[in-house]
Amino acid sequence: MSNVNMIVPLVIYLVLVFAVAVWGKRAAAKPSDTKGFLEEYFLGGRSMGGFVLAMAVITTYTSASSFIGGPGVAYKLGLGWILLAMIQVPTAFLTLGVLGKKFAIVSRKVGAVTITEYLRARYKNELVVVIASLSVLVFFMASMLAQFIGGARLFQTVTGYPYIVGLIIFGITVVIYTTVGGFRAVVVTDTIQGCVMICASVALLWAVVNAGGGMEKIMAVLRETDPALLTPTGPGNAIPKPFILSFWVLVGLAVLGLPQTTQKCLGFRDARSMNNGMIIGTFVVGFLMLTMHLVGALGRAVLPGIEVGDLAVPTITVKLLSPFWAGVFIAGPLAAIMSTVDSMLIISSAAIVKDLYHHHAVKKNLPVTPEKLGRMSLAVTAVIGVIVFLAALRPPSLLVWINLFAFGGLEAVFFWPTVLGLYWKRANATGALLSMVVGCGGFFWLMIGKIQVWGTHQIVPTIVLALVAFILGSYIGKKPDDETLAAFWGGE
Amino acid sequence: MKFKEDSRYRQANREAVMSLGMYVLFFAWWYFTAYGLGSGDPAGYSYVFGLPSWFFYSCIVGYIGISLLVWVVVKLFFSEDSIEGEDPEMKGGRQR
Repeated sequence: MSNVNMIVPLVIYLVLVFAVAVWGKRAAAKPSDTKGFLEEYFLGGRSMGGFVLAMAVITTYTSASSFIGGPGVAYKLGLGWILLAMIQVPTAFLTLGVLGKKFAIVSRKVGAVTITEYLRARYKNELVVVIASLSVLVFFMASMLAQFIGGARLFQTVTGYPYIVGLIIFGITVVIYTTVGGFRAVVVTDTIQGCVMICASVALLWAVVNAGGGMEKIMAVLRETDPALLTPTGPGNAIPKPFILSFWVLVGLAVLGLPQTTQKCLGFRDARSMNNGMIIGTFVVGFLMLTMHLVGALGRAVLPGIEVGDLAVPTITVKLLSPFWAGVFIAGPLAAIMSTVDSMLIISSAAIVKDLYHHHAVKKNLPVTPEKLGRMSLAVTAVIGVIVFLAALRPPSLLVWINLFAFGGLEAVFFWPTVLGLYWKRANATGALLSMVVGCGGFFWLMIGKIQVWGTHQIVPTIVLALVAFILGSYIGKKPDDETLAAFWGGE
Repeated sequence: MKFKEDSRYRQANREAVMSLGMYVLFFAWWYFTAYGLGSGDPAGYSYVFGLPSWFFYSCIVGYIGISLLVWVVVKLFFSEDSIEGEDPEMKGGRQR
């Protein structure tokens, strides 16, 4: 399938992303002190408007699985899997609305640039900070690796070029623009990638419906193939109710714990931006989920007999579109991948530079100039990116294994400490620590032991356990001191 | 406690509760249309615009509905006041 025509639009697209990242970087004001530098590099100087905020939240959240994995399952299981995907529609308004303005105000009061810093200010406990930073690093590295592998395989399938070529082309692009441009480049490119994702999904759905001779005909073919493809529960009850309802926790409520998404709640400019972000974000995320999963489910009627689910969308793309346009549209999933990786990369870097190093240096009274911090931030971002890139050349099985736990693991660690820290005055370090340890440990134990409670996904009992641990711990430990409470709740 | 609570938190809390409320509403709509209309034998399904009616109402109407609801609720009930670190009311109070 090797085809130069397909590569051309992809390369043009990547160059465009790169140019915009550099431009975004130059548009930023030059910070004069270390605080200014950190807020600029890791948070874009809290300047996101509504549209950019919406796109940044959504594109970080939608990854390879929304474009390849999910539609692949919809191909196999039919409309029921689209029903499951639609559980993610509230992601944007739920995250922004619940953490919302309070989170924004609090983070400005205490000067927090990262989620970890917010936790530090709230719980004043080194162990909480270390666990938070390490979870971010380990889980993010594993997720980024999985995204890289997914992207490179996709590239290989569609273009016919070797795995390594794809990995080099988009892996290096994302590492460089994130390193050079920081958070600002991340959100600017996320916005473009979001638009590319929308265009790609619309074009693909249009092509599928057209090829199938209209919606009614496609449904008739699906009904002939297997009537269960049209039901909410799928063929052979493959999507039982307790299972699908668990997703209201896994990709619903507990998303409030994902640091890559919640981080964005620190970076918007004003209340108006947040309000608009909620409106635009809800509209766009629902649109992407609906169209992409419809492509998968309807694709079954148009191109039956694809054995591996992950190959459904790439195959549909290549078969239904001309090479040039296939190249344009494959940019969609690549955009989804890059926009997830860049956010994780910048937060991982922040975990080391800001949460661990800078804090330590300030405490020890070491001299830290903005220049030194600047060089260090660039170096750390680049090094993490290169490590993940090298790992993707020959994926270590340990990291691939950890990735299976990354999404739920992050939720288990961060969900209650983030939310209760904001809304419960009694919440304290003992509670947060206990919740993080019990949540993460419990999740791994349930997942590895394949233990299910009432047929639900393991995240459900995990979140309950973590809550119990948090409340118990908070009542065992001392009340937060007045200073902390005043800093968080006081008006000045 | 020896401090005066930030006056903007009342509104912020109210907005968080409204967001949760919309979440619950969306869940209820999603659940009852999907399983209410789609639990029977697929042979007996009715169709809207070529799609099974459960799917049409749950996934298409539900999606458009929640997008509009968020838009209306945010525009009507969400504040656009300052989110800076200092409570603007207290600042005023100190000057007096």
